[in-house]
Amino acid sequence: MANLSLDEITAKYLDVLSEIGNIGAGNATSAIANMLGMKVDMSVPHVELLQVEKIGSLLGSEEDIVVGILLGVQVDIDGSMMFLMDLPSAHRLVAKMMMQDVSDVDLESAEFTEMEQSAIQEIGNIIAGAYLNALSQLTNLTLTPTVPYLSIDMAASILSVPAIMFGMQGDQALLIKTDMGDDDGGINGFFILMPENDSYVKILSALGVPV
Amino acid sequence: MGRMIKVGMADLNVCKPPDNLTTLGLGSCIGIALYDPSTKVTGLAHIMLPDSTQIRNNTNVEKFADTGIQKLYEDMIKAGANRSRIVAKIAGGAKMFQIADSNMNVGERNALASKAKLKQLGIRLLAEDTGLNYGRTVEIYSDTGDYVIKAVGKPVKTI
Repeated sequence: MANLSLDEITAKYLDVLSEIGNIGAGNATSAIANMLGMKVDMSVPHVELLQVEKIGSLLGSEEDIVVGILLGVQVDIDGSMMFLMDLPSAHRLVAKMMMQDVSDVDLESAEFTEMEQSAIQEIGNIIAGAYLNALSQLTNLTLTPTVPYLSIDMAASILSVPAIMFGMQGDQALLIKTDMGDDDGGINGFFILMPENDSYVKILSALGVPV
Repeated sequence: MGRMIKVGMADLNVCKPPDNLTTLGLGSCIGIALYDPSTKVTGLAHIMLPDSTQIRNNTNVEKFADTGIQKLYEDMIKAGANRSRIVAKIAGGAKMFQIADSNMNVGERNALASKAKLKQLGIRLLAEDTGLNYGRTVEIYSDTGDYVIKAVGKPVKTI
């Protein structure tokens, strides 16, 4: 199977990849909104090709503490996906899920109990499952997430993980990035989809795009 | 007051007093600080991957432990460092997500590759703060060679 460089992939297939991000994230957003009965908005996905060393500052300040959930993607394509959100978003989701009053919670705290961490991982599971389901339906490929892993730390430290994954394949990273957010105290986060290089070809072929 | 010069990911820099160097939020990457106490020439590299020979499409030598440390060493000497006096301290190489797959532990491989390269260049490793599961911000001070390590929710450490 052809091994396209990321430059070729983005230039030619930008629209298709944006649509993938759109559908996946749309599904994930409604899954969360339905489960928790809260309003969640989603921005138009953004496909971006950038130098791997720029990934660390993707979220703004490298030292801002964020919540990162990493899952592997397996079966028909190999890769991983990451969902990142800021601390207030994570606290709001956890409070909703555990039926606590969010006004009792310090939204900027980086401390989460074990129970709260499990709740965040479960949210990661739901988000990733919904995202991948949408992709599966679209492509007829079998895509399942692995167990979610959680890290609450500096943005640059967490983003070093996707940076390294892309760095193993080349100098550039293709980010399919979708923000979900809600202005009035909702959640604010985004997805990064990280397929291995030959997985792009599989996704595009499955969609009937000649590669 | 000197400047605190920021070193990015897959980046390196060399300075002299009164300037100092920092790199923010090292995850699985390694921050390699080189220091010559006789001339106070100070260097910091932020590498992402262990081995440039294992990767295709690599144009940035500063991304890898082997080529990045080599370049930092050469830049130190160009800046006037005394080859035989250069010492090293390293930090980073965390495993940010506790995935069982050993292939994923690139942090540990980064640390091993960095130490191997330092040894090859005959640079003595004075101290390290590597591994575990959290991110680190580091600062290397050119006056003293102090390597200051900051992590979320942990006391500041100087090695």
